[in-house]
Amino acid sequence: MNAIRKKKNVPILSVRDLKVHFSLPGKGFFGPERKLKAVDGINFDLFPGETLGIVGESGCGKSTLGRAILQLIPPTDGQVVWLGRDIVGAPHREMQPLRRDLQIIFQDPLASLNPRMTIGEIIAEPLVTHKPELGKDEIKARVKRMMARVGLLPQMINRYPHEFSGGQCQRIGIARAMILEPKLIICDEPVSALDVSIQAQIVNLLQELQREFDLSLIFISHDLSIVRHICHRILVLYLGNLMELADRDSIYAAPKHPYTKALISAVPIPDPEIERTKERIVLTGDLPSPINPPSGCVFRTRCPFAKDVCATDVPSVDTINDQHQVACHFHERM
Amino acid sequence: MMNKDQKTAMLQAAGAPGEIEGRSLWRDARIRLFRNKAAVGSMIILAIITLMAIFAPLLSPFAYDQIDWGYIQEGPNWENGHILGTDGNGRDIFIRILYGARVSLAVGLLATAVSLVIGVTYGAVAGYFGGRIDNIMMRFVDVLYSLPFMFFVIMLMVVFGRNIFLIFVALGAVEWLTMARIVRGQTLSLRRREFIEAAHATGVSNFKIIFRHIIPNVLGPVIVYMTLTIPQVILTESFLSFLGLGVQEPLTSWGVLISEGAKVIEAATWMLIYPAIFLALTLFCFNFIGDGLRDALDPKDR
Repeated sequence: MNAIRKKKNVPILSVRDLKVHFSLPGKGFFGPERKLKAVDGINFDLFPGETLGIVGESGCGKSTLGRAILQLIPPTDGQVVWLGRDIVGAPHREMQPLRRDLQIIFQDPLASLNPRMTIGEIIAEPLVTHKPELGKDEIKARVKRMMARVGLLPQMINRYPHEFSGGQCQRIGIARAMILEPKLIICDEPVSALDVSIQAQIVNLLQELQREFDLSLIFISHDLSIVRHICHRILVLYLGNLMELADRDSIYAAPKHPYTKALISAVPIPDPEIERTKERIVLTGDLPSPINPPSGCVFRTRCPFAKDVCATDVPSVDTINDQHQVACHFHERM
Repeated sequence: MMNKDQKTAMLQAAGAPGEIEGRSLWRDARIRLFRNKAAVGSMIILAIITLMAIFAPLLSPFAYDQIDWGYIQEGPNWENGHILGTDGNGRDIFIRILYGARVSLAVGLLATAVSLVIGVTYGAVAGYFGGRIDNIMMRFVDVLYSLPFMFFVIMLMVVFGRNIFLIFVALGAVEWLTMARIVRGQTLSLRRREFIEAAHATGVSNFKIIFRHIIPNVLGPVIVYMTLTIPQVILTESFLSFLGLGVQEPLTSWGVLISEGAKVIEAATWMLIYPAIFLALTLFCFNFIGDGLRDALDPKDR
């Protein structure tokens, strides 16, 4: 990881104080409009060739963050700096050429493919959109090459999505995302709908493609073992707020935030001896509503170490050990 | 994990010619439709009626407006050639039914086609853009819905005179409203699907998303509704003709024939029964085809 950063220390993507708030109608007929803060002030940088994992439980704003970066959901506030320019609120005409370098892979492999199109048409769509000058034969040749690259038989080009298994559908989704050789792919839980054995294949495919094309990945997941396998750095999200952001090794070896500690302690270890004796932090209660988040630190209602100060003061994001960011009042004691 | 052997096998296969044809959802639906006996039977009957309407002049020695003075309001008779009898003016009922079929089927198909084009485009645009655009567009539909249809048609007839073309316009202008609502509802549920989002992320234009991704996926319910609209339009045309607002003499439609037959139901039952049989048969056929299509296009619903 550090090697990557030393080599190219200009971030490809910088997210600054990104906020996505949704307006909800107020309670009752005349109630004031309420705000759902799905993403509430996130900062991070992404470097070329790097994989950033975004983890957190359901409803913490992981997917919204990914979509806000791609401007699929318009951010309420903040900046998304892509290759040196802010793309928040960029008009369609300026956004269009940038989309060639920004792609997304979805969680549900079948739902992300149009059931009425052949997979050849599906994979070719980005090419047809961005390189209309290419001839039919050239497009077909490129589609077939990409199909072979992601492990699909090129003869299948005229088949339809429902004729494929989940893992193959995900390969089609990857081929569609890769056909323009983008610089960044946002993977929105790309493997959580798949079997464990298929998960490994897809993750390895992503890693191979990353090395081959010097791709940056944002890997959204709630599966910590896969995140540990693929990601260089990990961002822990809770209720739309950044809890901790650090290199993979330091976050697994020495988590500084009680939420990260709880998440990591919940990952099963395939050794019954260690599994039985390890310290486990069990969180009680449910995720609070993002419409009405707790005051101070958003995590305090479920935090085993919460003190009075947590209810009154929002913890600042402190940087420790160079690259380890954590938002907790008591991170020194963790 | 993919091992080396698999990879080389794959690469070799990549060089091999011959692509495997996929089975599209349309093809699956077609196969299921052709297994449905009622639907296939209905299609055959409809095809026969249509062919008879097209080649009507060849099937009968009489012209549709030819008066046979010797046989005024006579019952069916194979010997003199009036196989389904004659009407009060001595015109052959059989040939008049076939000419009526031309008008009725043409009205049904054309008015439905008009409603299809307007309704699908309008509904898809409203549903896809949503928000304020959707609100304005659908309130406009609500306003049109609340206009009394007969009043609308009579106004058109009074202003522009009686004209078969006006009937197409009037019927199409009314039928597309329901079509637009159906398509809008389907589009609303589709536009949050991930493949639409993927198209967005790639930068496909809204126009292309609507025509390439949304409309092919709403076509199932649309086709079913279309087969149910055709008989509805035929019935409405019959009703308009019954009231004297439809086609002009000596041209005729099934509605006109039935209306004439109903006036003399005691003296000449054949004048009512035979056109009514043709009309009922056609309506049944369209409904069976609609049912068959619904089952074929959405096998989960059976």
